[in-house]
Amino acid sequence: MRHIISVMLENEAGALSRVAGLFSARGFNIESLTVAATNDPTLSRMTIVSVGDDNIIEQIVKQLEKLIDVVKVIDLTATEHVERELLLVKIDVNPNTQADIDRQIDQFSGKIIDVSEDTYLIEVAGQSKKINEFLDSLDASKILEVSRTGVTGVCQKREG
Amino acid sequence: MKLNGAQILIDCLKSEGVKHIFGYPGGAVLHIYDALNVCTVIDHILVRHEQGAVHAADGYARTSGKCGVALVTSGPGLTNAVTGIATAFTDSIPMVVVSGQVPSPVIGSDAFQEVDAVGITRSCVKHNFLVKNADDIAETVKKAFYIATTGRPGPVLIDITKDATIAETEYEGYPKTIKMRSYQPEVQVDAEQIKKAIAIIEKAKKPIIYSGGGSVIGNASKALTTLTHNTGFPITQTLMGLGAFPATDKQSLGMLGMHGTYESNMAMHDSDCIITVGARFDDRITGNLEKFCPYAKIIHIDIDPSTIGKVVGVDVSIIGQVNDVLQALIQSLDTKKLENIDSWWKQINDWRSVDSMAYRTKQGVIKPQTVIEALYEVTKGEAIVTSDVGQHQMWAAQYYPFDKPRRWINSGGLGTMGFGLPAAMGAKLADPDRDVACVTGDGSIQMMLQELSTMLQYHTPVKIININNGYLGMVRQWQEFFYEKRYAMSYMDALPDFVKLAESYGHIGIRVEKEADLKPALIEAFKQKDRTVFIDILTDPTENVFPMIPSGAGHHEMLLAGRDEMASTNDSGLNLV
Ligand SMILES: Cc1ncc(C[n+]2csc(CCOP(=O)(O)OP(=O)(O)O)c2C)c(N)n1
Ligand SMILES: [Mg+2]
Repeated sequence: MRHIISVMLENEAGALSRVAGLFSARGFNIESLTVAATNDPTLSRMTIVSVGDDNIIEQIVKQLEKLIDVVKVIDLTATEHVERELLLVKIDVNPNTQADIDRQIDQFSGKIIDVSEDTYLIEVAGQSKKINEFLDSLDASKILEVSRTGVTGVCQKREG
Repeated sequence: MKLNGAQILIDCLKSEGVKHIFGYPGGAVLHIYDALNVCTVIDHILVRHEQGAVHAADGYARTSGKCGVALVTSGPGLTNAVTGIATAFTDSIPMVVVSGQVPSPVIGSDAFQEVDAVGITRSCVKHNFLVKNADDIAETVKKAFYIATTGRPGPVLIDITKDATIAETEYEGYPKTIKMRSYQPEVQVDAEQIKKAIAIIEKAKKPIIYSGGGSVIGNASKALTTLTHNTGFPITQTLMGLGAFPATDKQSLGMLGMHGTYESNMAMHDSDCIITVGARFDDRITGNLEKFCPYAKIIHIDIDPSTIGKVVGVDVSIIGQVNDVLQALIQSLDTKKLENIDSWWKQINDWRSVDSMAYRTKQGVIKPQTVIEALYEVTKGEAIVTSDVGQHQMWAAQYYPFDKPRRWINSGGLGTMGFGLPAAMGAKLADPDRDVACVTGDGSIQMMLQELSTMLQYHTPVKIININNGYLGMVRQWQEFFYEKRYAMSYMDALPDFVKLAESYGHIGIRVEKEADLKPALIEAFKQKDRTVFIDILTDPTENVFPMIPSGAGHHEMLLAGRDEMASTNDSGLNLV
């Protein structure tokens, strides 16, 4: 199953490589990984999407907790949570396809953030599933470049 | 007080109670050596190879229970130390390794003797630090010792840039306490889990205690012995756990696993309740996981939550210091409520009567097992025995019954050839009044031979028992069993004259070729209280380690010497490591 694991860790040099190293050394898979500072400048928040059965996810969580720099690990998937991802995609447009594409962007609440003579740069935010669907809805031969941030998320309760 | 970083470091180590540092100098640590040179309370042992320094610190730590300390320079100093660090990490040994680093302004420029120490060691340390500022040294040292010695212990590396050791700064003394929000090793034993465990124990008709290295490292020997005696349960111990419960006690079934006793493995297989104490279901223990302990409810006691359910699913886990958990069990257990296990013991005694440790002697050759038995006799079972890695290691574990913890010092997890000799040196420094024997092989001894020189310089007299079978015996055994006797590279033809070699290092060398000379030679060697003696014993070149669980087999499918012929080819054997 797909799990979103949120990791609060000391904002120290090398902390990111400890987590990345752990995943490769133990053969855990990473679908995406994002990391940035939080409101507390001494803490970073990392969000990892991984796929594995319950035993593997349990091991991932425990091994993360064992890292000295890690302050807290939450398996967001185990609670009510919100996940978001941001997509930037550049596509070919021409007068024939433009109307269709405009409609699709609308349907996915996307935004056109840059327009050139024959390209669009589009931004879509939402769950990864929605972003996949949006990309699927485009004509693959017209996609020039895709950049996704990977998932970030928080749990909905007051205390995470 | 204004001090430079190196002086601060040494004061911190002093305040931490460090008495011995094993190390080797180089450019990046010259300031540290300069400060160490005027320190009168810390003895520095100048090894001949950085791997030797770390193994010696490791042997010191395993013997004394204290934190081992090693000091190495940047670049090759650090990379030489890595094998030692990984060895300590795999066996959860508390250790602090200080390495020099190039000056911070040139980090990342491929400077002379620069390696990314923190990067190289990341996966084989409990934690590591890069210190670039003299102001950070004191707190980092405090943290390093705290992390290394608490929770599940392990090695911690402090990589210090040369400029940080040179810079002068205001030093306010070594911190008395340390708190880390991201590391809280203290755990309260969960009474609920104790209750659940006891419910299983009370119903057990075929219980067994399976104890590992955690019982030794966690100083839980006394509690383990009490629990075992109170319950009357049989106990089996892993290679790493030997000595935590006395091997000569009648409740002890000996070691379990690949080369464990028949009774231990059969009892594990048939058991309905396994109390796992500080052990981690290593592949050398479990054999084929699909056939592992099919009838048992498993209770798992460990300080490290990540060991729970990692290999084998368990019914009840109890997280905590092994000693605390055992105390809680002892207190809560009403032994009157336990099932009668007489018939279980009867079954176990039947297995025992198979006498799986029996071996056939041969006229005219010395059997390696006989050597270990003689060593046991001559040292009255009271020596600290370190070992290298190979067949001799298994024979030492099998034929020298350890009755006390911290007497059996070996690289169980990583299986590092070369560990034995420097570890013996560390053990001797930790416990100078006790006999220390290093059981080694003709292959292993040559991996850290240079430490013979250190041992002369620092007067650490140990007795080196070289089981000289003229082979990388363990490799040869596997090639015999699993590779149709194709002996690729396992024959050591060009062995040195070990007697002369020992003598050239200033030690005594004795060669034993006949069984009749064995015991007299050992007696003579151990009489030499203040000399290192190298006893080179020519043993049966083709002897194999039995009993053995062949790969793919379960605990109940052991091969016994004499009874079973090992199939000479076994495809699944090829998958084993
Ligand atoms: C550093 C290292 N390299 C290789 C091995 C693989 N290995 C395990 S046992 C062994 C043979 C050891 O030979 P020896 O020391 O003579 O012991 P014996 O098995 O003959 O008793 C080897 C090569 C190892 N454990 N460690
Ligand atoms: Mg050999």
